[in-house]
Amino acid sequence: MAKGFYTDTTACIGCKACQVACHQWNDIPAAEGGRTELSGDSYDNTQTLSAENWRHVKFIEQINEDRTQEGFLQGSRWLMMSDVCKHCVHAACLEVCPTGAIIRTEFDSVFIQQDACNGCRACVAACPFGVVDIGRDGKAHKCTMCYDRLQNGREPACAQACPTESIRFGDIPDLMALADARVAQLQAQHINAYVYGKSDIVGGLNAFYVLVDEPHVYGLPEKPELASKNVDEGFALSGVAAAALAVTGLVSFRKSRMDEKAAAEAEDHP
Amino acid sequence: MFQQDLQNADCIIVMGSNMAECHPVGFRWVMKARERGATIIHIDPRFTRTSAMSDQHVAIRSGSDIAFLGGLVNYIIQHDRWFKEYVHAYTNASTIVSSDFKGAEELDGLFSGFDPAKREYATTSWAYDGTLAPPPRAGSPTNPNGGHAAAGPPTPAVDFRVRPPKTDPTLQHPRCVFQILKRHYARYTPDMVSRVCGCSPEEFERVAKTLCDNSGRERTSSFCYAVGWTQHTVGVQYIRTASIVQALLGNMGRPGGGILALRGHASIQGSTDVPTLYHLLPGYLPSPSAADPQHDTLDGWVASTMPTTGWWANGRKYMVSLLKMWYGDAATPENQWGYEYLPKSVGDHSHIPMFKAMSDDVIKGFMCIGQNPAAGGQNAIYNRAAMAHLDWFVVRDLFRIETAEFWKAPDIPDPSVINTEVFFLPSTSVTESEGSFTNTQRMLQWHDKGAEPTDDCRSDLWFTHHLYKRLRKLYEGSADPRDAAFLAMTWNLDIDGPMQEPKALDVLAEINGWTTADRVPVQTFLDLKDDGSTSCGVWIYTGVAPAPGVNKAQARVADAYTSLGWGFAWPANRRTLYNRASADPDGKPWSERKRYVWWDETQKKWVGYDVPDYPATKAPSSKGDWAKGGMDALDGSTAFIMQRDGKAWLYAPSGLVDGPLPAHYEPWETGVKNPLYGTQQNPVAKVWNIVGNRYIDAGDPNYPIVITTYRLTEHHLSGPMSRWSPWLTELQPEMFIEISPELAAEKGIENVGWCTVYTPRAAIECKALVTRRLKPFTIAGQRIHQAGAPFHWSWAGVVTGGNANDLIALVADPNVTIHEGKAFMCQIVAGRKQAEILATLPDQTRPLPLVGRREKRAAESAIDEGIELAERVGRYLPLDHPEGVYHG
Repeated sequence: MAKGFYTDTTACIGCKACQVACHQWNDIPAAEGGRTELSGDSYDNTQTLSAENWRHVKFIEQINEDRTQEGFLQGSRWLMMSDVCKHCVHAACLEVCPTGAIIRTEFDSVFIQQDACNGCRACVAACPFGVVDIGRDGKAHKCTMCYDRLQNGREPACAQACPTESIRFGDIPDLMALADARVAQLQAQHINAYVYGKSDIVGGLNAFYVLVDEPHVYGLPEKPELASKNVDEGFALSGVAAAALAVTGLVSFRKSRMDEKAAAEAEDHP
Repeated sequence: MFQQDLQNADCIIVMGSNMAECHPVGFRWVMKARERGATIIHIDPRFTRTSAMSDQHVAIRSGSDIAFLGGLVNYIIQHDRWFKEYVHAYTNASTIVSSDFKGAEELDGLFSGFDPAKREYATTSWAYDGTLAPPPRAGSPTNPNGGHAAAGPPTPAVDFRVRPPKTDPTLQHPRCVFQILKRHYARYTPDMVSRVCGCSPEEFERVAKTLCDNSGRERTSSFCYAVGWTQHTVGVQYIRTASIVQALLGNMGRPGGGILALRGHASIQGSTDVPTLYHLLPGYLPSPSAADPQHDTLDGWVASTMPTTGWWANGRKYMVSLLKMWYGDAATPENQWGYEYLPKSVGDHSHIPMFKAMSDDVIKGFMCIGQNPAAGGQNAIYNRAAMAHLDWFVVRDLFRIETAEFWKAPDIPDPSVINTEVFFLPSTSVTESEGSFTNTQRMLQWHDKGAEPTDDCRSDLWFTHHLYKRLRKLYEGSADPRDAAFLAMTWNLDIDGPMQEPKALDVLAEINGWTTADRVPVQTFLDLKDDGSTSCGVWIYTGVAPAPGVNKAQARVADAYTSLGWGFAWPANRRTLYNRASADPDGKPWSERKRYVWWDETQKKWVGYDVPDYPATKAPSSKGDWAKGGMDALDGSTAFIMQRDGKAWLYAPSGLVDGPLPAHYEPWETGVKNPLYGTQQNPVAKVWNIVGNRYIDAGDPNYPIVITTYRLTEHHLSGPMSRWSPWLTELQPEMFIEISPELAAEKGIENVGWCTVYTPRAAIECKALVTRRLKPFTIAGQRIHQAGAPFHWSWAGVVTGGNANDLIALVADPNVTIHEGKAFMCQIVAGRKQAEILATLPDQTRPLPLVGRREKRAAESAIDEGIELAERVGRYLPLDHPEGVYHG
């Protein structure tokens, strides 16, 4: 049974408990010893997922100039979203990993086995969401969906810490039913809500979201693609090219043979 | 109300609070309400993380909340939206007020009884009609002003047993509370609200209509507030205005309705229940005061502080039981149960006067436990300079916080002149000791010890116990009458365990109380007596440990609603106070949808989802008889039993020093002339015209920007619990000030650019966060800019930065001396200009000890003169009295 995260961004209060819980459980030190810099990007001083930040809360201020608001999420609003590895159903990082370090677990999450990772960075380039990053140890790191906690019957630290149940953990079908209900509820309030992470997104995301604006507003790709997307086409084109080469080669060889023959005949009958 | 009850609200207004930011876990119940279809409204100068979750955010200028709330009162009355049956039965709307009373409409913002020379009110004209004792003839034996040796029994000035209030049930009498209320708020129209607050009349009316549509029999609404309401020179009146709104709408004591006070620390509720406050004894018994001659005796104290009708008529039992717990066998009928041992306050000893006393070399030693005044105190520079006057100073904390090393402050250039001897005694963290928290809904929850502390870290329980033991040894055998009280104290605790400290459960047992003779735990405060047979530390907590081995604070049985099996809420495990009001005068729920507590005619008692906040078997039909006093004076439909008339007070005839009704006054520092009255500010606010505290005059063009202070989710208070933890500091690493793009453009300040913020008291440098979440206001036709700064930073920790508390002046609410930190004025300029601006500030606090030997002698002789004067005149004056010796 696939397990994962359903994040209702309309319930996120931007408290960053998810970020702190993740650091604490996985014993990841703070960036720069905790002495980072004010980014100026709303309340987001983390800025990106990285080898050290496996959860990252984004803040998107959409306050109109006359500061009017017609209702919840209508008119001026401040969107908040806790970004995380999507644990894709079709995972690009898993596809390209040459050593087999990246595996699909029994929970359907995507996990990087540190002892098999050689730091080649193929996964960093392949991930359409910019999740994976190389750490100071030269290895690739990202959210493990708290694999150790799952194996002991617990939910991930971020889901446990989230005070408003914006982040929920559980069986994907159950979570998707909740998400669909929430989308219906929001649309009834004239809010353009939808699920980001159904099967149209790289086969589905095991960490999916209810969003209320275009994906690019949240820094997410509209149509993320796998590295292997060009493989079939590539093979086919290679086949075509091989055939073209073969035909050209045959034609050229025949012509050359014909020219040889013609030249030999001309010598015999001056 | 309790936080979980918010899920039953049909409308929640968060005001004077940024609840999602500061109470993120409690905020889940607001989210649950929203899931069920409730409307969430956030009223705040800034668009915050709470606003992001709300259906409507209304921006109002800092310091204008009474105008907005008063506007709601006016709207409710004018549009006839008040809950009539509730108001008639449960409020004092029909009570008639003294003919001597004059209100703000007649006196241009003042109330009757104002003495401009003393800057205080004589409050007798505010009383209910005919309820005051006639003034005694001078020289008569019962003259309360006749000095300490007053003959005859002390008599209370107000005694409803002999002079009950009069009412007009038709609410037409011109001096009934309802008519007074109506006249008082008549000019708080939507247009006036717009002029004072800066929101549009339409925004205001939308809030008013939503609130009214969600109140009444079938629907209830709640307010959630925090220090955005309390930290003003009219802080207490802010809350009063909200309680008038909620009483008119019939929301008090109802499920999903009422007012939730969001307190700011894990156990600050506990710190006022079992108080570390100078003016309160445990359980909100008033501390005796040397200024009131009636307080010389226990009987006099009872007559002066305890009403004779309503629940507080039981007050003597709680006081005697407390004295018995504190003084044991040394508390006897002959010595008034040890009342003579209690110290009497001689003035206002709260935070600001205390630091002034340090500054004046009156206080020589100071123990600072789990607090950080060097960074967190208002006008923090003044606080630091004051501490430099101390002879000795003990700090107990987890880290070497700013206060522990106050001499390292950047504004103290030469610490070598400071003679203070500082002791830093490291404390345990919460997880290294056991004990209880009392949270914001009055609920006690026990926490176990998770780990033993290391090195020299010791708990406060260890510290207090061993300090007592050593002092006791030093005092042993003393015959000085002054030491008698200390020697008479009981100490029932033994030490235990590897840390050799008392067991927290033993303290809880004292708090709960026991029978004096055989130490059987008391079950409920109904069993407490005034004959010395019971001893009880905190009467409101009685019932938390009702039997040996039973600790209800540790109970963890939850259910879908009131969860009476989880923790222990005082009093008597009631979760919603005054829940009698959730039923109508006949004892039936106002509606099926809002059923909570009701009268069961078969069992002849009150039943429901909560512990009824009412005598269990007092029938709704029971008649009251004033002459009988106590609870018998009240009839079966009086829900607000802690008031002497059992009614919710729309109008407060006593208890407050600045008015029976809230009026909008401008903050002490403001850019605006009060649009409502000629009285500009709270006429009796506490002020300190001292060096280092120069105030900004109203409308001073040098300081044109309104500024407020606030918290971020990522940090806690002045920083000791967050700026030492890198996982938190990386989330919000630097101090900043939030300004609107309009203000930024005017000042040439860029996003994340440096700027300098200053007031006459201090200048700080910080980066600017330019955001549309702040906006300029139009107030009474003037364009006024609003800025905001978090107050979490100072000079010690993993991350450091400018301290917003340095900017704030010492000025306070006169009822409780809470400082005004949420609305004041400032100037902001681009660039890092602190050094050059400091040189021009008119009134910086000089950081070095000012008082030399000559000033010290002058202060001491002034005190001697004062005592002599008091003895001559025959009464003590409070230390903060303008005629008194000590202008603390």
